[in-house]
Amino acid sequence: MSLATPDTGAQGRQIPDRLKSPLQRFLVSWELLLLVVAVAVFTLNSFASPYFLDPWNLSDATFNFTEKAMIAFAMGLLIISGEIDLSVASIIALASTAMGFAVQMGADTPVLVMIGLGTGLLCGAFNGFLVTGFGLPSIVVTIGTMSLFRGISYIVLGDKAYTGYPSSFAFFGQGYVWWVISFEFVLFALLAIVFAVILHKTNFGRAVYVVGNNPVGALFSGIRVPRVKFALFLLTGLMSGVAAICLTSRLGATRPSIAFGWELEVVTMVVLGGVNILGGSGSIPGVVIAAFVMGMVTFGFGLLNVPGIVMSIFIGLLLIAVIALPRIAGRVIAHRKA
Amino acid sequence: MIRSLMKSRETILAGAILLLVIGIAIRFPGFVTPSNLANVFNDTAPLIILALGQMVVILTRCIDLSVAANLALTGMVVAMLNMAMPGLPVPVILVLALVLGALMGLVNGLLVWKLDIPPIVVTLGTMTIYRGIIFVISGGEWINAHEMSDAFKAFPREVVLGLPVLSWIAIAVVLGFIILVGRTPLGRAFFAVGGNPHAAVYTGINVGLTQCAAYVLSGALAGLTGYLWVARYAVAYVDIAGGFELEVVAACVIGGISIAGGIGSVGGALLGALFLGIVKNALPVINISPFWQLAISGSAIIIAVTFNATSSRAKGRVILKKAEHAA
Amino acid sequence: MVMLANTQGIADTHPQTGDGTGPVLTLSGISKSFPGVKALSEVSLELFPGEVTALVGENGAGKSTIVKILTGIYQPDEGTISINGTPVSFPTAQDAGRAGVTAIHQETVLFDDLSVAENIFIGHAPKTRFGLIDRKEMLRKAQALLERIGARIDPHVTLKDLGIANKHLVAIARALSIDAKIVIMDEPTASLSHKEIEETYELVERLKAEGKAILFISHKFDEIFRIADRYTVFRDGQMVGTGKIEEVSEQELVKLMVGRSVDQVFPKRAPLLGKEVLKVVGYCHPTEFEDIGFTLRAGEILGFYGLVGAGRSEFMQALFGVTKPSKGAIRIDDTIAVIRDPYEAIRHGIVYVPEDRGKQGAIKGLPIFQNVSLPSLKETSHKGFLRLAEEFKLARDYTQRLDLRAAALDQDIGELSGGNQQKVVIAKWLATKPRVIILDEPTKGIDIGSKAAVHEFMAELAAEGLAVIMVSSEIPEILGMSDRVIVMREGRIAAEYEGDDLTPEHLVRAAAGITEVRS
Repeated sequence: MSLATPDTGAQGRQIPDRLKSPLQRFLVSWELLLLVVAVAVFTLNSFASPYFLDPWNLSDATFNFTEKAMIAFAMGLLIISGEIDLSVASIIALASTAMGFAVQMGADTPVLVMIGLGTGLLCGAFNGFLVTGFGLPSIVVTIGTMSLFRGISYIVLGDKAYTGYPSSFAFFGQGYVWWVISFEFVLFALLAIVFAVILHKTNFGRAVYVVGNNPVGALFSGIRVPRVKFALFLLTGLMSGVAAICLTSRLGATRPSIAFGWELEVVTMVVLGGVNILGGSGSIPGVVIAAFVMGMVTFGFGLLNVPGIVMSIFIGLLLIAVIALPRIAGRVIAHRKA
Repeated sequence: MIRSLMKSRETILAGAILLLVIGIAIRFPGFVTPSNLANVFNDTAPLIILALGQMVVILTRCIDLSVAANLALTGMVVAMLNMAMPGLPVPVILVLALVLGALMGLVNGLLVWKLDIPPIVVTLGTMTIYRGIIFVISGGEWINAHEMSDAFKAFPREVVLGLPVLSWIAIAVVLGFIILVGRTPLGRAFFAVGGNPHAAVYTGINVGLTQCAAYVLSGALAGLTGYLWVARYAVAYVDIAGGFELEVVAACVIGGISIAGGIGSVGGALLGALFLGIVKNALPVINISPFWQLAISGSAIIIAVTFNATSSRAKGRVILKKAEHAA
Repeated sequence: MVMLANTQGIADTHPQTGDGTGPVLTLSGISKSFPGVKALSEVSLELFPGEVTALVGENGAGKSTIVKILTGIYQPDEGTISINGTPVSFPTAQDAGRAGVTAIHQETVLFDDLSVAENIFIGHAPKTRFGLIDRKEMLRKAQALLERIGARIDPHVTLKDLGIANKHLVAIARALSIDAKIVIMDEPTASLSHKEIEETYELVERLKAEGKAILFISHKFDEIFRIADRYTVFRDGQMVGTGKIEEVSEQELVKLMVGRSVDQVFPKRAPLLGKEVLKVVGYCHPTEFEDIGFTLRAGEILGFYGLVGAGRSEFMQALFGVTKPSKGAIRIDDTIAVIRDPYEAIRHGIVYVPEDRGKQGAIKGLPIFQNVSLPSLKETSHKGFLRLAEEFKLARDYTQRLDLRAAALDQDIGELSGGNQQKVVIAKWLATKPRVIILDEPTKGIDIGSKAAVHEFMAELAAEGLAVIMVSSEIPEILGMSDRVIVMREGRIAAEYEGDDLTPEHLVRAAAGITEVRS
């Protein structure tokens, strides 16, 4: 059946650490497949449009995914742990509204940043409290807070908008660090590294995997499951706050409909990145590549003048196909064996 | 104690609705005139119909977030059909809407049943796909009142015995569900599958098939509502009923339908929908901006789900005889 | 009433003489394997009309598997099932019902949120001529069925409002709502009080009189001898004996069941008891156990014996901090320990190897070395950052000591056999250097080889001064390993034995409460 119990007597005593080297594992990984897809999309795009390879165009293309990817990193951890947060786009709306309100009160950039991050943290804490404190299913809780958070924005703003952000605030969404390298892209890259380290190199990251694979087993192994989950909701809220700062800065205005429907794109990015929607497995490099793929596909469609809503069909199909195809393939293989 | 509390969850909700209505009536007596209440009911009819479809899906431990997109797509298809063939009789359109909706539900159901994909993912995906298809088939254009035939538009508004047909359809669906859920093997299977899937297997119930049936039912009702919606408002475009799926889920959660499956009632879903409908209609009357509505339904979901969770019992094997008799 | 008329019909076609007629149901050469375990190997079984056949065997002997095969939940890998000589197969539960096999399952497979009547009739409810469920008829039939089995339960009420005993009666009524020739009763009296048990016996007598063939699974010897006509004994997935009940004695049956403890050789130990490590005083839980108190010394192996559902695991989990006791105190060494969650239990040196290895023990999806290092990450890591080399070293050390068989340490634990998974779980706890290790059914469902390894290792641990608590339902294991045994029954300590008092008879009697029932 499996590699278990070889029953070859004494030979079994010395167990090697690894069966396959990390390189061998990489060669059969989802990440490599994604990388191939990314290269293909890149090549296709450069053939499809002569404008694609222009450095400034490429730089613009990154704005299609950097903000969503920042949330996707945290969402990836959350989904690996077996929970989900559908309120992220609404947290952006609320954080952006809070910042807009502060602008009207005369707040300056440092205060705005604090307010954006603080609102994100508060929203994340609220979600985390409801899920871990009462043991409620995160899907329902965050469908509820999704309405609530954006609802508050609507109450505050109605059909109006906040504008008049200070010019120094524009740097987060519009500034460039060097030549075509935007601040957002640098932030995205830094956060990718930070999250990769958290997930893959720390005890906390290990706990995230354990909780997602087997929450009961985690509890029985002395992991304080509620604390881990609460921290992840907090982190997801915080990253939504960061995205709110970048997006608000980039748009220069706050409307209650800001970032509408982003939760779907973030979840799709995470799932495309190879994170199991049921929890337990996934990697940050996968999410990073998925972000590039989605960003470039969106940009490519844009260059071909395909409207945004048609792209959403593509995203929806992608979301289902990415989960369905491995299952179909698995069944075909199992069928052949039998 | 707990038993009577659980039993009376609908009573609590009905009481809350009554208090709400009385509260409004004290300051705005016009709100409670029979004609206005009939209007409120008619306004809430689509929500009631969809909430009942959503209820059976949630009973089987699934969720259907694609209902609003299904509604909009079916609405657009029948509106375009009407534009192309104005002579097509309304009964044919009704059947088409039901079938089209059911097919979209079937897609969800098959993905959940045969490929075992988590319901939330399936319906998040189909939700955007169905919306996108509307854009593709309509080219982003609106279909306005003057492009629809009179018979097409008139059907849901036709007044029969003092109520519009739309209201009567909602009433018929409620009655149909009372029979379906309470008196048919399929209806009881919804509860069995959600309440204890393991035991359902022991009684020979096919869990996946039952879930698929729930999706087909929910889809068919969304399709039906799609026609009624488009005809009533005499307009079809990509974004109609945008975000309505959340209101539908909210109605169910407020109505005490457990998201963990197996618990719920037609009365609960009906009252949940009515609660939201009354709030929505009362806001302009009591001079609160309609922008409050989203936050109110969000809060209602959170409060309802928290309440449901804290009132449900703790599980565990009762070993001590004494404890069992005391319980 | 309709039911009775129907069953009468069955009785007519099958003369109820008992002797002389052939078996109504014959199983031959039935085998069933699960990944890592062979649950049944070439088992045979015969049931006769109008007779009760008692199926006895320890936990894990394969009784539940045979029930699931007979009711269409599992499909056998090999072998044939025949009813009245005709081979049959049961692809689903409904097929088994149609063929006339019905079962009262050990675990209640009922629906908490449906009414009693619906629970009885779900899947085969009476219908009106419009094809709708006929509620009135269903309630009437349910009422009649419940009366027939002597249950005073209102068929209108929701199942979750019933106590465990009444739920069981509903399960019985459900089983009898199917017009069956063969009735399987899987420990029907396990959770009933004395009076309810008597009523169950009367019911069995009535079913017998109706000519039904009954398979009666029980751990209680007094009831086996009281109501069974025949017996069949399973041990480790094999049929080891069968015959008429009057031709066998209680002692012989116990011997058959436990296999005279010759199959297993337990490590010889010369316990060197150290000082008292753990003292538990008056541990109580509102619904699961009451007034549990004992002491444990270093180097000692303390066995906990009892029937399934006696509250042993529930108590152990409270000790480990998974659930909260309502009263009681723990002292470890000389300090009072407050344990609110497993994290604190581990810090106090108490670790728990759970019975449900798949759910609570192994973290499937993670490699072996990460499973081992999990509770020791504080030691292997540096300022919160993982050090894989340290983890591998830890895993190597401990898995080698336990003689783990695996391809590599980065292999998913889910790919290992049950026995090897168990070794990893034990290794994970030993790596934390505990004071007290609780092993809950440590060898349940694992192969003989791994069993011996676990036993040997347990002895080694005790010799090194670790205090060991072992929960087991296997008498040879309990007798072979323990220095002292506490028997639990219905959430309480029923007896404590050591030395020469440690006999299978004592344990079985105390666990089943035989002396009490007979007096």
